[in-house]
Amino acid sequence: MNLSLLGPEVVLVLFGLALLLLEGVVPGPRRRLMGYASAAIVAVLFLYAASGHAGLTEPGYAFGRMFVLDGLAIFFKALFLCAGVFVLLLAADMGDRLGSGVTEYFVLTLFALAGMLLAASANNFAVMYVALELITVAFYVLTSYQRSRVASLEAGVKYLILGALSSAFMVYGIALCFGASGTMQFDELAANSAALAESRLFQAGMLMVLGGLAFKVAVFPFQIWAPDVYEGAPAPTTAFLAIGSKAAGVVLLVRLLGGVIPELGLKWEPLLMSVAGISILFGSLCAIPQRSLKRLMGYSSIANGGFVVVGLAAMSKAGSAAVLYYLAGYLFTVLTAFLVVAVVVERLGTDDFSGLAGLHQRSPLLAGALAVSMVSLAGVPPLAGFFGKFLVLKALVEQGAALPAYYALGGVAILGVVISFWYYFGVLRAIYWGHESADVTPVVVPPVLRVALVTGIVGVIYLGIFPQKVWDAAVAAVALLKI
Amino acid sequence: MSPLTWILALPLMAAAGLCFVPRSYKVVLRTVSVVVTAVVAWIALDLLVGFAAAPVGRGGYRYVQQIPWVESLGISFFVGVDGINLGLIVMGAIVAFAAACVSWEIEERTKEYYVLLMLMTGGILGAFASLDIFFLYFFHELALVPTFIMIGVWGRGDRRQSAAFQITLYLTLGALVALIGLIALYLQSGVRTFDLVTLTEHLSANPIPAARQHFIFPWLMFGLGILVSLWPFHTWAPLGYGAAPTATAMLHAGVLKKFGLYALLKIAVPLLPEGAKAWLPMLAWLCLGNILYCGWVAMRQRDLNQLIGNSSVAHVGFVFLGIASLTTLGVTGAVMVMVAHGFLAALSFALSGWLYGQTRSLDMDRMGGLLKQMPFIGTVMVMAMMAGCGLPGFGNFVGEMLVLFGGWKSDLVICGGWISFRWFVAAAAWGALIVAAVYMLRAIRSMFHGAIGESWRDSKDALGAWRRMPYLVLLVSLLAVGVAPRLLTDHIEPSARSIVDAVARSRSVPNLAAAPGNSIP
Repeated sequence: MNLSLLGPEVVLVLFGLALLLLEGVVPGPRRRLMGYASAAIVAVLFLYAASGHAGLTEPGYAFGRMFVLDGLAIFFKALFLCAGVFVLLLAADMGDRLGSGVTEYFVLTLFALAGMLLAASANNFAVMYVALELITVAFYVLTSYQRSRVASLEAGVKYLILGALSSAFMVYGIALCFGASGTMQFDELAANSAALAESRLFQAGMLMVLGGLAFKVAVFPFQIWAPDVYEGAPAPTTAFLAIGSKAAGVVLLVRLLGGVIPELGLKWEPLLMSVAGISILFGSLCAIPQRSLKRLMGYSSIANGGFVVVGLAAMSKAGSAAVLYYLAGYLFTVLTAFLVVAVVVERLGTDDFSGLAGLHQRSPLLAGALAVSMVSLAGVPPLAGFFGKFLVLKALVEQGAALPAYYALGGVAILGVVISFWYYFGVLRAIYWGHESADVTPVVVPPVLRVALVTGIVGVIYLGIFPQKVWDAAVAAVALLKI
Repeated sequence: MSPLTWILALPLMAAAGLCFVPRSYKVVLRTVSVVVTAVVAWIALDLLVGFAAAPVGRGGYRYVQQIPWVESLGISFFVGVDGINLGLIVMGAIVAFAAACVSWEIEERTKEYYVLLMLMTGGILGAFASLDIFFLYFFHELALVPTFIMIGVWGRGDRRQSAAFQITLYLTLGALVALIGLIALYLQSGVRTFDLVTLTEHLSANPIPAARQHFIFPWLMFGLGILVSLWPFHTWAPLGYGAAPTATAMLHAGVLKKFGLYALLKIAVPLLPEGAKAWLPMLAWLCLGNILYCGWVAMRQRDLNQLIGNSSVAHVGFVFLGIASLTTLGVTGAVMVMVAHGFLAALSFALSGWLYGQTRSLDMDRMGGLLKQMPFIGTVMVMAMMAGCGLPGFGNFVGEMLVLFGGWKSDLVICGGWISFRWFVAAAAWGALIVAAVYMLRAIRSMFHGAIGESWRDSKDALGAWRRMPYLVLLVSLLAVGVAPRLLTDHIEPSARSIVDAVARSRSVPNLAAAPGNSIP
């Protein structure tokens, strides 16, 4: 067995445990440093993953092929770890507001991160389920972390109930799949996929597994939790949910649909297309009347989940690579947005649009960062969101020649983008030219967050102007898929 | 580096640089913008002068420069000019300079304003200079988004919010529909490149199957059509221009809007000749909507900006007609109308901006006798309106005549050959000569003659060379194009001929019964 492949996961878990022990020694006011330390560790791991796990060329396997480390896994690990750095920095800054037990917050974030890394490498239904549960259970606590706030508790309860429901779906689906195939190994399923795709029992099982993953990605029909939970949870949690938890679902969808049973994916193209189309329309239309920035991001996350599924529904390597690029752009965009939201909520006490008025006078950096991320989410060049949407649409049109229904989905996607201009520009309007705000006291942004914000903005612009590197990495990551 | 790269890079660099200028340094912000656009206009004129002598690069384009961007997708940064975009770049650069000059009306949030203005300028010029379809779209979108924000922030009137939203939604929709068409074209071409030269060469040897062309062309035609206010997708235009700040209306109506026409002419028609043959009859019908219906609507307007906006929509119809005629003369005329109308629309909006600045109203019923009150502005306005009804001596006359002559010789098959293209020409001529003359002359009468309107007694003329310069620059350009059209037509004609030939060369006989354009009554 090759334990070195699990290096990052092991480091994260051990470090998390060490933090729990250290809590007894480190005095209260110093605990914030633990957050910065974990961010530093995660940053190092990110560099390690981004460098391709020290030049790993062949896919590596561990635990009797239950764990795989291939291009796809490495791409997503880099993504998760990058998100982790931002989230931990944000959490460390917000430490005072989280109330007692800030260490646990860091530790749970680290555990959730470890779960995500594991999910990226899952090559077996059991590992997949355990990894997802690790993420979900950590998030049950993280969402309801501010015990004194009713909204936070409400978010936690909602996430708990719906998360448990989706886990139940998934575990039942896995049982059915096991019943039909006699194995949990993805490798063995893949070898047998043509026959399995015809089995009713297996289809029913996979449908439930996909449902469970749809909950993670927050797409129709498992999207209902997103706005409430996004609104109620503490900002770092929401940021982590929006990118980390979503990407964990996506990596498994890519692996299952693209690498394990592509036959079923091809058969279910209409299903995937309807899920994508409905999610885009639902998210976009419901986002229009929102006045709370976090809630808006919740609905926007549903619409973006729809776009991700559009790329998956194309069932092509180009589509999967587009999804990977889309997520990379989404990572910087969403994290930048939530950094701003976190500071705004903390300093102004509200994330309502009315609170944003005059933000450009109170803090040009915050206003600029939020504007850049909104414009990127709307898909405007030269920002990351544009190139991501372009790639997804390209993958879609590519399939249109074979199946005209893709053009219909393209039409829905266009409609979604047009509607999204409406609400993203509504945010811009609130910041820049909405009502004048009487209060123009400057909002002070701590230096660490300042650096994080600038990094986020640079990332969004960099991915928009110089997409070559990440795109090549995305193409390489999906090279082993069977579609 | 190619001078073209400088043309688009300078404004973008200025936009980035202005971000770091403190917002209280209003003079610096303004001076930088004016100087940068002046330099850009100078480089553009230099391109025009040196065009004939410049070495010919790939695909017959001059001043080319190509830098790979995403090689695996076949995207490269690729600029170059031929006769068609040469005129548009020169026009765009001059209009941008004039727009920067008239921006003295902006007093709030000047920093953001000039940053957006520079972004818009760079985007516009980049869109016209790019020979890579991806970047063509990229730069257009880059220029489009500042338009929305400028209307929302610095716009006028109570309806600016809804105008900003309407224009945003409409134009985004158009751009995305066109994007689908462009991507489909890219994927169907089989060469997997966005490079226009390679695409043209490849597709002239291996055309896309006719059925596919019939499918892709309407995406481009309607997508780009929405961007250019093709009837019946034009309603955003008068509303948006009525609410836009002066410089934005000048740049958008004058230059950015021409992008859709340019892309239609440069990409859709030559690369999809079969699709063009099938769908251009439809375009010919719709452009009558622009010329006649919008001309008719313009007659009823009592607000000056609404009048200019509607007449600008009507003028665009001529460009569509010229493109639909598929003759060298007609296409050359279409490009001439694009250039001349760019100057004219910019001049008209600049003047109406001045008038608005005087009394915050553009109600023509309350004007009158302004020629006495403001001789300079009044005179230029009368000349602009005369140009608008196609008076010889102005660029519009040349362009419209070429379109009409070209159209007369067109052999485009409409309704299976039952209706001659000449009927369209006759209708368009009627629209241009009668309808336009009616609304323009009526506007002149109510604005400039008779007794001075009550609210206009304290209005001031543009005094001093500095204040008058932007109007004069535009007027002189308009006259120059009209008096010496060969400055441009000599360069446009070979490029127009190659486009027309590309369509004529596509040999496969179109199936008349199946061609969608023919089933439309």
